[in-house]
Amino acid sequence: MTTATRAARVQLRLNDDWFEICERARLTPGRGIAALLPDGRQAALFLDREGRAYAIDNRDPFTGAAVLSRGLLGSRGGRPFVASPLLKQRFDLETGRCLDDDEVAVTVHPVRIA
Amino acid sequence: MEFAPRLMPVQVDEGGGAALLRTITGMGLTVHTGTGTQEIVTGEDGAVSAMKLSDGSELATDLVVFSAGVRPRDQLARDHGLTVGERGGITVDEQCRTSDPDVYAIGECAQAVDGRVYGLVAPGYEMAQTAAAAMAADREARFTGADLSTKLKLLGVDVASFGDAHGTAEGCLNVVYSDSRSGTYKKLVMGAGGELLGGVLVGDAEAYGLLRPLTGTVPPLPPEQLVLPAGAGAPVALGPESLPASAVICSCHNVTKDAIQACATLPEVKKCTKAGTGCGSCVKVIGQLLPHSGDKGLCDCFGQTRQELYEIVRVLRITSFRALLDGHGREAARGGEGCEVCKPAVGSIIASLAPTIGAEGHVLDGEQAALQDTNDHFLANLQKNGSYSVVPRIPGGEITPEKLIVIGEVARDFGLYTKITGGQRIDLFGARVEQLPMIWTRLVDAGFESGHAYGKALRTVKSCVGQTWCRYGVQDSVRMAIDLELRYRGLRAPHKLKSAVSGCARECAEAQSKDFGVIATASGWNLYVGGNGGATPRHADLLAQDLDDAELVRLIDRFLMFYIRTADRLERTAAWLERIDGGLDHVRDVVVHDSLGICAELEALMADHVTHYRDEWAATLDDPERSRASCPS
Ligand code: SF4
Repeated sequence: MTTATRAARVQLRLNDDWFEICERARLTPGRGIAALLPDGRQAALFLDREGRAYAIDNRDPFTGAAVLSRGLLGSRGGRPFVASPLLKQRFDLETGRCLDDDEVAVTVHPVRIA
Repeated sequence: MEFAPRLMPVQVDEGGGAALLRTITGMGLTVHTGTGTQEIVTGEDGAVSAMKLSDGSELATDLVVFSAGVRPRDQLARDHGLTVGERGGITVDEQCRTSDPDVYAIGECAQAVDGRVYGLVAPGYEMAQTAAAAMAADREARFTGADLSTKLKLLGVDVASFGDAHGTAEGCLNVVYSDSRSGTYKKLVMGAGGELLGGVLVGDAEAYGLLRPLTGTVPPLPPEQLVLPAGAGAPVALGPESLPASAVICSCHNVTKDAIQACATLPEVKKCTKAGTGCGSCVKVIGQLLPHSGDKGLCDCFGQTRQELYEIVRVLRITSFRALLDGHGREAARGGEGCEVCKPAVGSIIASLAPTIGAEGHVLDGEQAALQDTNDHFLANLQKNGSYSVVPRIPGGEITPEKLIVIGEVARDFGLYTKITGGQRIDLFGARVEQLPMIWTRLVDAGFESGHAYGKALRTVKSCVGQTWCRYGVQDSVRMAIDLELRYRGLRAPHKLKSAVSGCARECAEAQSKDFGVIATASGWNLYVGGNGGATPRHADLLAQDLDDAELVRLIDRFLMFYIRTADRLERTAAWLERIDGGLDHVRDVVVHDSLGICAELEALMADHVTHYRDEWAATLDDPERSRASCPS
């Protein structure tokens, strides 16, 4: 039996490895944070109200600004999305697809809480 | 000056032209029809002095404005020896093929087989389809001409025409309704079998969205009822439900009613069918065809309006978004996350009622933090490159040299671009998220507070220098502006609030373009409400006159709280005043004469706000948790 002394952490899958981002307590349900990845890219991490974590690329493809982590989390038909804080396009957090433009999508990163 | 015998000869018929002419003449314009310009006469100095007309008369004038039609841009075709029409336009056949069979032309550079050049988007799409089909060796595709239905506004007068507007079909009959008093003219062209062939609408083109899709079918109502104004013997209004499934609703993209009804929401319609993304004139009808039509709900998550949600939150003292969503949201949205529309709207309602319902007061506390738009979350304004701008409050626009120096030093040290705003304060642009707490530490130390430029809240109370310096001033406008700005700072509202105070009727502070504006009189203050600048300017209305200081503040308290209680999401006071039943008179009854008996309550709400106000930035910096919340990346 393990004792839970270590705080839960959010980890992101990168090159077949789990990359540690931060303690889960750093995340506020309904909001995102931005994380700098070793390769220089940025990921946007979110926690929903059930405590599930999601990660997508932080760059808003419509404006080129790294701002998706600052968007508002929402859900529609049970699927979570984030709305870009700039021009409000919505991105599905599970598939990365833009809900307002079929031709646009962002990268999704597998993420876990361990 | 119109060369044709009537205005807009292509769109409207003689009757419609006459109605249009009457309305426009009534606006004080003189219109010459059936007349051409022979010569423009200039005076000694070379300036225009008159126009010689084709009927021999002369018209004195200082200025000539030309309006010319479109001319096809066909130079490329000419340079390469393709055949072009006499009046321009690359000649194409029914397959949109030019005189060189390997070259196609579509859109307004081409002259179609019917000899016309189409400058509208719908025929352009149709020609593109035809050309594509022809290239794919489909011999069937043909473009022989297009529907020129349009709806537009001429000097504010609605004009629409659709289908066979001029009644050229054999055996067709007209049904006409004309009322010269109101400047309305409506004509429907009916075929021998009772089918609607086309029509002209002038002065009132409301029915266009429904009539055009009915073209080619036998309408569900007798034609005379389709042209009569509502209430004048028109027993049933013709709703979009009565359209046949095959009726074309979006003529730009040729989308039918059944295709639209296969979708659930407007964004879905736009995405799946492209309907409503061309000229946009069909969007209203699309809205009526969708399942939620008539649904005034805030968003997909809530079936209530903002005002209804405000009442629920106030009466039931609901202090969290989750509780509101799970208890009062639409069935399908309960237990979910909400969305980008309702989260900030509910956040604002809870924030403006916080002291009264016992919710946490600070916008970064608890769950509130997750409801705010990024601007509210970082207490700064997001700019297009992802950086933020910072606006410290400068009440009434009055500032000491010491404070000016601090702003200058902060801007210099953090490399910020500075700009004086229209609201008499200074905007510092280009701050990175992680710099915000450092910037604000210095500003707060120097005595600055958040200017709430990021929030749906009071922005500024602008002022002129007033009595202290100006020889015309009759009251101390700067002092009043500062008092008002300090009283209402931090107040969360459905939209931003702006105000101004002028020291006399010369109105240098432009108070009449503000949500609430104050103008000094010899015996006190006049209060104006519902003004707006921006894209839809509106002059404020006078609410009350010659008020003393206390009366003025009491009326503004009531006015603002009544607005916050009853306005829709993102509805400025100007739009709210225009929308609510009874308009200005009703608002005056409520806030001046207390016709609803709620004034004591409105004043108490404002008193709660004033006592509980705390600067958000100072509070954020005091509390490491909040500081971190505002700066997570
Ligand atoms: S509004 Fe009147 S008091 Fe104020 S600056 Fe203008 S003229 Fe002077």
